[in-house]
Amino acid sequence: MTVSVSERLTLAARPLDRQVASLSALAIVLVLIDAALPTPLPGVKPGLANIVTLLALYRLGFAAAVWVSLLRVLGAALLMGSMLTPGFFLSLAGALASLMLLAPASRLPRRLFGPVSLSLIAAYGHIGGQLLLARLWLIPSDGILYFVPAFALAALITGTVNGLLAARLLWRWPSTPH
Amino acid sequence: MRLIRPGDVAVFTLAALTCGLVVWACWTQSPARSLSIRQGGTLWREVSLLHNARYTVPGPLGDTVVRVKDGRARIESDPSPRQYCVGQGWLTHAGQSAICLPNATSITLEGARAYDSLSF
Repeated sequence: MTVSVSERLTLAARPLDRQVASLSALAIVLVLIDAALPTPLPGVKPGLANIVTLLALYRLGFAAAVWVSLLRVLGAALLMGSMLTPGFFLSLAGALASLMLLAPASRLPRRLFGPVSLSLIAAYGHIGGQLLLARLWLIPSDGILYFVPAFALAALITGTVNGLLAARLLWRWPSTPH
Repeated sequence: MRLIRPGDVAVFTLAALTCGLVVWACWTQSPARSLSIRQGGTLWREVSLLHNARYTVPGPLGDTVVRVKDGRARIESDPSPRQYCVGQGWLTHAGQSAICLPNATSITLEGARAYDSLSF
């Protein structure tokens, strides 16, 4: 068989792919809103897009959450023109660290640990990954330790608020088989 | 489905405690700025902690080697028989010191320390 330009090659999108795509689009919009909000310290952000990662985790599974999280980092970098800048690598490190913590955390008993737990764990993963990369690569000095408490306090607040929002949204969005 | 579950309270408490711990560790512990090296009771030299270096301090028994690295300091080697000051390891916070006794050499980390009292 020869490949011809007149032959159409189509990729069939499964319903799950469409759901991942629409959640990623939603997450990218939330990142843009995050970026527009003024913050007292660079890097302290509400992290609203993490709500979408939690929704994907609860309704579509861990693999979908990984897709949504990484597509969000990539898409937001393209839209904000920060592709391959330090800011892009920081958000990638934060997303990867938080996914690494969410993988075991999502296996915790659901009856005891809800979205608030997962959101707090993800928030701490984010600051942990970002600070680690910043310490190893961008600011190789212990002076960065001075800012750690500010980031930790911000993660405590944003993690709790985002977790409550995610819990509320999950309550409104009943679980459906896919 | 309840918004907050029992485990969430535990995770929140743990996170809040972590916050308290890093605030204590990063904001209330004053960082050391310089290192005083004393020999025989008199100040031999005061050195900055910003430059990684090795100092050889001559004493009655022999040379004591002081090492400064990444804002910390330690006695690297000393001719004293029991090696207490070497075993003490890295000093990190203002006010900490290591004393090598028979050789009469000591190091102390200096920094912005809280005042005992102030009068005007």
